[in-house]
Amino acid sequence: MADDLFRLTVADAGDALTAGDISSVDLTRSVLDRIDAVDARTGAFLLVTADAALAQAEDADARRARGDAGPLLGIPLAIKDVLCTDGVATTCASRILEGFVPPYDATVVARLKDAGAVLVGKTNMDEFAMGSSNENSGYHPVRNPWDLSRVPGGSSGGSAAAVAADECLAALGSDTGGSVRQPAALCGCVGLKPTYGRVSRYGLVAFASSLDQVGPLTKSVHDAAVLLEATAGHDPRDATSLPEPVPDYAAELDGKVEGLRVGVAPEYFGEGIDAGVASAVEDAISILKANGAEIREITLPHTEYALPVYYVIAPSEASANLARYNGVKYGLSDPQADDVDEMMATVRAQGFGAEVKRRIMLGTFALSSGYYDAYYLRAQKVRTLIKQDFDTAFESVDVIAAPTSPTTAFDLGGRTADPLAMYRADVLTLPASLAGLPAISVPCGFVDGLPAGLQLIAPPLQEARLLRVADAYERLRPASPAPRQAVGA
Amino acid sequence: MTTPPGYRVVIGLETHVQLKTASKMFCRTSAAYASAPPNTLVCPVCLGMPGVLPVINAAAVDLTILTGLALHSEIPPHAKFDRKNYAYPDLMKWYQISQYDLPLCVGGWLEIDAKGETRRIRITRVHLEEDTAKLTHVVGDDGQPASLIDVNRSGVPLMEIVTEPDITSAEEAMAYGLKLRNILRWLGVSTANMQDGALRIDANVSVWPIGAEVGDTKVEVKNMNSFRALGQALDFEVERQTALLERGERLEQETRGWDERAARTVSQRTKEYAHDYRYFPEPDLPPLEITRERVQRLAEQMPELPDAFRQRLTGELGVASADADELIEDRDLAVYTIDVIERHAGPAAEVVTWVLQDVRRLLNARELESDDMPISAASMAQLLALRAKGELSSTMAGTVLEEMFDSGKSLEEVVAARGRQISDTDALADIAREVMAANPQAVADYHAGKDRAVQFLMGQVMRRTRGQANPGKVTELLRVELDRDRGE
Repeated sequence: MADDLFRLTVADAGDALTAGDISSVDLTRSVLDRIDAVDARTGAFLLVTADAALAQAEDADARRARGDAGPLLGIPLAIKDVLCTDGVATTCASRILEGFVPPYDATVVARLKDAGAVLVGKTNMDEFAMGSSNENSGYHPVRNPWDLSRVPGGSSGGSAAAVAADECLAALGSDTGGSVRQPAALCGCVGLKPTYGRVSRYGLVAFASSLDQVGPLTKSVHDAAVLLEATAGHDPRDATSLPEPVPDYAAELDGKVEGLRVGVAPEYFGEGIDAGVASAVEDAISILKANGAEIREITLPHTEYALPVYYVIAPSEASANLARYNGVKYGLSDPQADDVDEMMATVRAQGFGAEVKRRIMLGTFALSSGYYDAYYLRAQKVRTLIKQDFDTAFESVDVIAAPTSPTTAFDLGGRTADPLAMYRADVLTLPASLAGLPAISVPCGFVDGLPAGLQLIAPPLQEARLLRVADAYERLRPASPAPRQAVGA
Repeated sequence: MTTPPGYRVVIGLETHVQLKTASKMFCRTSAAYASAPPNTLVCPVCLGMPGVLPVINAAAVDLTILTGLALHSEIPPHAKFDRKNYAYPDLMKWYQISQYDLPLCVGGWLEIDAKGETRRIRITRVHLEEDTAKLTHVVGDDGQPASLIDVNRSGVPLMEIVTEPDITSAEEAMAYGLKLRNILRWLGVSTANMQDGALRIDANVSVWPIGAEVGDTKVEVKNMNSFRALGQALDFEVERQTALLERGERLEQETRGWDERAARTVSQRTKEYAHDYRYFPEPDLPPLEITRERVQRLAEQMPELPDAFRQRLTGELGVASADADELIEDRDLAVYTIDVIERHAGPAAEVVTWVLQDVRRLLNARELESDDMPISAASMAQLLALRAKGELSSTMAGTVLEEMFDSGKSLEEVVAARGRQISDTDALADIAREVMAANPQAVADYHAGKDRAVQFLMGQVMRRTRGQANPGKVTELLRVELDRDRGE
C-alpha cells in the first residue's frame, strides 16, 4: 500500500489515517514523489510547496495525536493558482502577477487550512481563468494525463490533470463558464460548480464576478461532497455569499435514484456534440432510468444564446476586474519607464497574454457609451430568459442531465488559431453558469480511450440532491476497463 | 459680481462630502485618515489587491439617507452600486464603486437667502461612493518630479450631492454651499471642512444670452478649496464666458481647474477627451433594498435643523435675529446654548449674549472646539443664576468662568474659593467710609465737582474687597456717603 498512497481518494486516505495505518507525512511524501515523477509531463503545477506541505502534514499528524479528527485532516490537496494563498506566490498563470505574494488567504484556503488539509502547491490554469484548454497559461501548458498530446481542458486544467494523474488527492478550481466541469470531463475526474454564492469568492482573483465560483475537482463524488462542505457557507467578507446553512453533504449520499425526475433537453444533444460523447451520456441516463429514475424530456429554448451572452457579460466584468493590474503596487513593473503612464502601458502590454487582451477589449467595447444598451444590457436580459428556462424546467424535474463537454479532449494547438472554436468548448456548461445553478461533471466512460463527462444540473442550493444523484450514478456505473493513463503508474 | 446685462448665468453644483464613519466604505479599516501617517490605514480591500471584495458600510448608507431626508429627497426602495471605470494612479482598482442610475436619494431641495429673498435650489440626487487615494506631486531626491500616493484616503465614504442648474450667481452658489455645510454639520454626517477636503464643491457653469435657449454646453470648474475660491472661480468664469460670447465665440464643453495663485480657471480637459466611464452594475454587491422601516427609523433620528432652530430662537425665545444667525453657524455651540437657555430662569437673550461673547472668547483663546466645551450646561446655567441674583458681578462671573474653563473645577469650588459678591449695605457702607477717610484728596475733588473721583474711590473699594463688592451698590453708597459728608 505504501508505494502508491497517492492513488487514494480523500475518503480512503481519511480512513487509513483514522485507523492509524498511515500518517499524513507518509501520504504527503507519496504525493510529492508522484509530482516529482510525473509533473514534468503533465505540467499541472506552477508551484510545489514541498517543505510547507510536509510541515503542514506534521502539524496534521500532531493534531490527530491530540485527538483531532475530520475528513480533510492531513489530506494533500492542490489549489488552483487563482486563489490567494498567504505567503505563497499567486500568479493566476499570468506574467503580470509574477512575484506577487498575497498577505492573505482566500476564505476557501483558510477553511481548508482550518480543516487540517495539506496544501502541496498551486496548479496551472489558463491566464486569469480565461480559456478552455489551459493553453493560455502565461508559463507553460498542461497536458492531459490520458494523452499527453491533448489538452486537459480549462481553465482549471492544472487542477484536473493533477487529480487525474494522482498528483494530489483532490484540488480546488474555479468555474466561471465551465472551468471546473469541462476539464473534469476531459480528464476523467469529478468537478463540481456550486450555486453562485454558496462558496465565498473572497481571495479568488476575479475574472467575471457575477459568475465565478470555487469548486472541487476530485476522484469521487463523495470527495466532492467533503470538499464542498469544508469550503461552503456564508462569509462576511463576500457580500454575494449566501447565508443558508451548509448541510452534511457526504451523509446524504444514499445511492438512491428511485422516483427521481431527470430532465433531458434536446438543446444539449444537437449539432456539434460528438456522437460518442452523446452516446456515453445517453447510456448514463439509461442507467439512472433502469434504477427507478423517471426520464422526462424538457426544453431549454434559450440555450443557444448562452454563448454570446456569456461572451458579453464575462469580458465586460473582466475589463473592470483586470484594470487594477497596472504595475504600481504589485506584480510586473517597469522601473525604466519615463513616467507613470508609460509604465502602466508597458506593464499591461507585456504582462497580459493575447486571450486576456482580447477579452479586455471585448468587454471595454461592450460597455462603451452608445453600445451598452445593445450589448451589456441586452445580454443581461437574455441571461434572465436563460434563468427562466431553468425555473420552468425545474417545475417538472429534479435534475437535468446533459453532456459536460461537446467533445473529449482535443489536440494541443488544435483550436488556438480559432477563438470561436475554443469558446464552443463551454457551450454546454455556460447556461448553468449564467443561471447561477449548481452543476457537476461525473466521468461516464471513455470514448476512443478518452474520458467523457455526464453533467447534472440542479436548482439553486440543491447541491445535496446533485451530489446524491451523481454519487448514485457513480455506484451504478459499469466498471469499464479504463485505458492506461499516458503518464503511467 | 452682478450678472452681466443681456445674459443669464446657469450654475449647478456637485458637492462631495466625506462621511464621518468609523470605518471606510467597503472595508473595516479606520476612516480617520486625516491624522494618520501616510499609508498606515490600509488593507487589501482599500488597496485594491487581487481577489478581495467590498462589503457595504451600513452606517454610510444611513448617513446618506439622513442627508437625503434633510434635503427633502425621496428615498427609493431600490438602489444599487455601479462601477465607474477610469484609469488614474489615485484609483486603486482603476474603477470607483459609485452609484449610477439608482442612487440612494432622488430629488429634494434646499432653500437659500438670495438678496433677502428665499430661493429654492432643487436637488437632483444624493449618492454614495468611495474616495480615491491622495496624490502629492513633489520633486524627488534626484531633482525629478515625482508623485507620492497616500492610500489612507482610498475607500473613505464619499457622498455626492448634485443640484439642478438653479443657481444664478456666485453669491447664490456660496449661499448654497454655506447652507449645505451647516446642515451637514447639524446632521453630524461630516466635518464638512473644505480645507481638509471633507467638503469639495465642483460647479457646472454656463452663460447664455437672454432670449437664447439654454443649451447642454457647460463648463465644469474644479479645485476650489474654500468658499472664497468658489466665489472667485465662478465670478471669473462668468466674466470669461461673457467675454467669449461678446466676441461672438461659442462656449466649449470642457473641464477647467481653479488656479488659486493666478486667480483664474485653466482648461484641463476638453470634450473630445471626456471620459467614457463605462458604468455597469457592481457585481460584487447585491442591490440595496431600503426598507421603509429603515427610512422611518432615520427620520425619527433626524436632529433639529438650523432653519427650525433659528426659528425657535427668534420666535418663542426672543433672541435677536443677528445673534441667531451667528449661533447656527456653530451647531455644537447652538445646541449647548439651547441647553443652557432651558435651564436658565432669565431671558434667553441673556444666555445668548453670554455665550456669544464671554464663552466664545474663551473657546477661541484656548483654541477649543465647541464640542470640547469644558463646562456643562447645568453649571453654566447656575453661574448665570448667581450673576442674575447679584451674588456674582459681571466681572466676577467672567473670572469664575475663566477659572472653571482652565481648572476644570466645579462652580461651587471656584465660588467658595473666590467668595461671592458683597451686596450687604452695612458692610459696604463701612468699607466706603474707610476708603473715604483714607483718601481725603479724592473726597475734596468730589466736593469740588470732579465726578470722576467716584470712580477712583470705587476702584479702592473693589481693591479692598478683592473685587467682590457689588459695583452698583458701591457707587450708590459712595454717593450717599460723599453727599452726607458734604452736608456735615
